[in-house]
Parts: sequence; structure tokens; C-alpha cells
Amino acid sequence: MQATDPDIRWVEPPKLGLGERMYLPLFLQGLTTTTKHLVSAKVTVSYPDQEPEINNPLIYRGVHRLNRDEQGRVKCVACFLCATACPAHCIDILGVESPWEDREKYPESFTIDELRCIFCGMCEQACPVDAIELTSLYNLTGRSREEMIFDKEKLLSVYDATKDKEPMKSAQLPPVTTPSATTSTATSTSPTEGGA
Amino acid sequence: MAIVLINGQEVEIGDDERLNGIQVAARVGVEVPHYCWHPGLSVVASCRMCLVETGKRDADSGEISMLPKLVPGCQTPARDGTVFVTDSEKVRQARAMVEEDLLIRHPVDCPICDKAGECHLQDYHFEHGRSERRADIKPFHSRRRELGDTVALFVDRCVMCTRCVRFTREVSGDAELMVVHRGAHEEIDVFPGFPLENKLSGNVVDLCPVGALGDLDFLYSQRVWFMKQHASVCAGCSTGCSIQVEENQDRIHRLKPRENPHINQWWMCDEGRYGWKYVHDNARCLAPRQKIEGVLQPLDWSDAPAALHAALTGEAGENSNSKNSPPKNSNSKKRRLAAVLSPFLTVEEAYLLATYIRQYDENAVLALGRIPQAGADESFPNGFTIRAEKCPNRRGVEMLLSALTGDVLSWESFLEQAAETPFDAVWISGGYPPADGNDAASKEEESLAPELLAGLASSTLIVQDLFASALWRQADIQLPGAAFVERSGSFVNAGNRLQSFEWAIRPPAGVMTEGQLYWRLLDRDGLYNARRVLEDVAREHIAFAAATSEIPATGVDLLLNQLV
Repeated sequence: MQATDPDIRWVEPPKLGLGERMYLPLFLQGLTTTTKHLVSAKVTVSYPDQEPEINNPLIYRGVHRLNRDEQGRVKCVACFLCATACPAHCIDILGVESPWEDREKYPESFTIDELRCIFCGMCEQACPVDAIELTSLYNLTGRSREEMIFDKEKLLSVYDATKDKEPMKSAQLPPVTTPSATTSTATSTSPTEGGA
Repeated sequence: MAIVLINGQEVEIGDDERLNGIQVAARVGVEVPHYCWHPGLSVVASCRMCLVETGKRDADSGEISMLPKLVPGCQTPARDGTVFVTDSEKVRQARAMVEEDLLIRHPVDCPICDKAGECHLQDYHFEHGRSERRADIKPFHSRRRELGDTVALFVDRCVMCTRCVRFTREVSGDAELMVVHRGAHEEIDVFPGFPLENKLSGNVVDLCPVGALGDLDFLYSQRVWFMKQHASVCAGCSTGCSIQVEENQDRIHRLKPRENPHINQWWMCDEGRYGWKYVHDNARCLAPRQKIEGVLQPLDWSDAPAALHAALTGEAGENSNSKNSPPKNSNSKKRRLAAVLSPFLTVEEAYLLATYIRQYDENAVLALGRIPQAGADESFPNGFTIRAEKCPNRRGVEMLLSALTGDVLSWESFLEQAAETPFDAVWISGGYPPADGNDAASKEEESLAPELLAGLASSTLIVQDLFASALWRQADIQLPGAAFVERSGSFVNAGNRLQSFEWAIRPPAGVMTEGQLYWRLLDRDGLYNARRVLEDVAREHIAFAAATSEIPATGVDLLLNQLV
């Protein structure tokens, strides 16, 4: 772009007054902020001596877990949407026909490479059955790379360990208004499930 | 010349063309959504998705009179002066209504449906449907039952287009499928005790516009959006159907037919469709070996040219001084060489192998490899034929042989000739799928019987194949070969139609494709380029003259353009 371009709008810098030229008011303003923080309560947590507090586990993105359904089976239906959404390609699923009557497909194996994962939470967003969730467990450590590749059992055990403290997120969402049989279908404004 | 109006745009169609509204609209890039109509099947106009406005333009006055009601585009023939309007508000509303109706009782179980990603219901709903669902029926799981050994029916996903029913009546001719019940209770089913088991049954899965019919072989093995498609040619029989290989990371997941009006139209047989499993068989030969003093030793591909040179010239042992340099046919006595060109080789590979052998002996005997046969040709009502000849390129190799040697020496007469006067060295190319206990297997046992192979016992034997056989075990140099999806080149089918294709997957570690090996043996630069070889073949041999220019996706007929 040329300096002569008619699209360029030239503006003059505002004129500085006496106080601004002395810098004293701004200087005092900055010092006030510093002093305020000196005397206020500390926010730094000296981890690992002290455990930080997770304010909102609902939006925290820590270790994954695989949720269980009411019968204790893995909730995942092996649709591969998390693996498709995953930008780090860290999810590996083997989907097969399920051994159960009421379910068609389930993951025979489900592994997440936690070292590859970038904890973006897209898998959780993509999941149509709320099976994969990110917990607020942040202290993820291991002694080998193999140990950090979480398989289905391990991911289910994360659920078992965290389900009391952090119930399934879908349960925390506002309840879906299920239109009763009497209400007319035409006027019902329930959230859409139709996005085939 | 008939002129049809599509959304105000004039389209010229030929006088003898019989097209419907959908086809004419497609000519100008206007897509009319449809479920039940398929170019290969009869018209029923039952899905109502292709409803369009139609009318007629008066030839003299140019005045257009429209019909008050919408009509199905698939059932409306395009004649001179026919007017189609596919983008009016009326049409849009009709489509949205059809979509909504279809989705009322559709289990929205797309996450576990194998069709998701290539489903017409998904695509059309996205494009033409309503953004929200007004029905209060929750997503549910579809009932499922098996129609036969190859196909599963997900009953509730069906949109009752009856394409599959019409297919079994009109194309395969066995009419196993039917519609049971009426109205909203309509279902596709088979008669008890008569499952869907014709040889074209896999096609109903491709035909199904939604996920109602699932291929049991492919079911849940891969989501469709992970796979890459490669145009290829089926090597199952000499019909040479145009196919599409769908793979992910060098692993085939399924084969699908590719439209080719000259060969297979829209179909392929189950034999070809599920006949690729041997490509990933663990029993495949994966490493070249050389017999040194009667014991097989591993041979490195980098040493292979020298070893082959030594085997063909008979200079065993002193392989260092002559580094695969072409023939020096002066000093020693003339050696009698032969090459057997397998009907699984592409035209290009056969040509390169023949050229390589003829470098050492310009009178080398060239023979056609064993032709695997199974049963008899099987034709279906619409003309689709499954050939008894279970190899893709017999015609191509035959045409090449008659161009090179004047006649075609069959495998049997070659063995007789070898028994009379043994050859010094024989190169036998292969690529045969494993014998699996059918007709072809017993035929193979016969043709590879020890007494027949006795004639080859005294010659240096170079065998190239996919699986170990009697010949392979007898070989002095064993070279693993590539399967059809790993090769590039051209096959000529039983109808003299040449089709070119590129490789779809890479061969397993340890295997070098035939083309690449011959290319290297002939000291050519760079990587094997099938197109360049075919250009050479077309220039040198008049039988292949039609292949001079670029080969279209549907292939070229070699006899049609022939000058002699």
C-alpha cells in the first residue's frame, strides 16, 4: 500500500498536556497497582507442596476419561468422531459389533496417547454420546512413554476414580425439555436432534 | 436437435438421446436430488425427492405454459421444448417436505451408521432439509437382520426407494428381495428360507442411498471419510471391471465398482468385490531368495540384477566383473532362454520382461502363462458376465506375444517344448492368487504336477510369484511379486478393451513390483513409468496403436481403431 493511497486516513497524535508531559500522574497510577498487589491476598500456589484448586471442573481440560452408561458398560459407540476431530491424531479406536442386544457398535480398544494430546478438548465437543470427557486431573505423569498411552481400561478407571467428584458433564447441562405426548409437535421448541 | 430449458438455460440434446429431467439437468451442472432413480434401473418415481416444475415451450410462438403441479424429474422425458424449473420456491418446499417425512421415522444413529459420510439422506438433508426437527421422536437404534451372507439390513434406516428390490429383479435376476407390509409399515425383506445369495449381491449395498443395507464384510471396519479412493481395474476375471479401491494407510478396506458403460456399467460381482483378501495375506512371499549350492539364501534387491544376469548368462560365481551389463553374445555358446509372461502381468510389465530376456537371447521363447479357469462363464439378465478365465490380462499378453513372436505359445505347449529340449534358463512370472480349494485349485495341481514340470528341472529357474507353489519351491531364484492393486499399468479385458490404472497401495516391505524391477533391470532412469512404456508399446506394435494417446477412465477399444 502506497502512502498516497486514498484509503489511508491520516490522524494527528493528541496533544499532550502539562501533567502528561511530566509523567507523574501515570507513574503514581502504576505504583498504586503494585502496592495493591503487595498487600492483597496471594494467588500463587506453591505446587507440589500445595494443591491448586480448580475453580470450574466443567471447563477444565485435564486427563481424559471414558464414561460408563447406567449398566456400567463403556458409553462410547465407536463413531470415530473424536478421532476425526483430534488435531494431534492421538486417538486410536477399533470399532466392532457390540456383544449387547441394545447396542450396535462399541470400541473393542480405545487408546489415547496422552503425550501426543494437546488437551484442546475437541474430542469432548465432537462426542455425540458424551462418552469422552476431560477431567480436572492435571498432574499427569509417568515413567515411560508406554505408560502414557492410556487404553480403554485405564480411561474407564479414570472415570471410576473421578465420577464422584466430577459427575458426568451431560448431567449438569440444563435438562432437555422432553415434550410430553399431549403437547403438540408443531409448537414444541425442544433443541433439535435432527441434524442427520 | 432438441432444446430443453433448465432453469431458463437452453440445453441441446441429441435427437436419439432418451434422457429424463435429472440427466439433462446434470448436463449443465444442476443437481436434482433423488433416491429411487438410478440410471441402471427402471423408473418408479416413488421417493418424490426429484419433484420439479415442468412445462412446454411452444415451438412457434415461444410461449411457455407450465403444469400446475410438480412432477418427478426422473419420470419426465426431455423433449424439444420441455421446460424444467428446479430451483423455485415451490420445488424447494417440496424437497424440504420429503426430507422431513423421511426423517420422521429415521433413527438418527449416524454416529454408528456405516453410510455416514456418503449418505444421500445426510447430504440432501443438509442441502434441502429443515434445520430443525419438528417431530418428537427421539433418535433410536435400528432393528437389524441379515439378508444373506454378505448383506445386513438395518430395517428402520430404510427410505423405501426399492432400488435393491429392482436390482435383484432386473439385473441379477434372482428377485430375492421384496417389500413386505404396506404404508408406514413397509419393509424390505427376503422370503423365509430364500436368503439374498446371488453373485451380484454386494451391489445392493452400493445402490442403497442410505445406510439401510450394510456390507457385512466392510461393516464397522473403517469410517468412510478416512479412506482414499483410487481408480483401478479388477483382476478377478477377464471381464476386467472398472473398480475403485478404497484404502487407508496401505490397507484395502473395500472395492467398489466404478461406472464404465463399456464393461461393467455400475456393477461388479461378489467374487471380485471380496476377492482382494489375499493381498494382505501373511503367507505372501516377501523376500527374494537365491539357491546357492542347493540351499536357498536370502538375496538382496540391490544384488538381484547381478544375480539375474549371472543366471541368464550362465556365468555363475563370477558375478562381480559383469555388473548387469547387457549381453555379450559372442564368446560362449548360444544359451537357450525362455520367459513365461503371466496373464496377471500388465501389458507394460510383459513388454519390459520380454525386452529384458531378448537382450540376452534375441530368439528367446516367449510363452503365455497358465490361465486359471473356474467353472463356466456366467451371464446375468442385463448382460453382466463373470468369466471363467480368472485372470485380468490374457488378451493383452496374447496380443503382445503375437506382435513379438507371431503366435501365442500356451503354458501346456511350452512345458512340452521344455520337456523335449530343455532350456538353459527360464523366467516364469506369476501373480496368481492362492488356490483356495475351488476348481482353479485342482487345475493348478494338474498344471503344476511334478511330471509336467520335469522339463524345467535341468534349467535355471527364475520364478516370480505372490505365493509359494510347486514351481516356486523348484526355483533357483525366487522373486516376490506384487498384487494387482500394487501395480501400475494396463490390462486388456476379454472384449479387447485396454484400461490403464495406477497403484493404489504400496507393496509390503520386501516386495518390489514387477514394473519397477524390470525397469531397473533395463537400466532405465528414475522410477517405473507405466505410461511411458505403454507409449513405446503403442509406437512399436500396431495392435496397441489405439493406446497412443491418453487412455480415458473407461479405457479404449484396441480393435476399434486398428488400421490393419
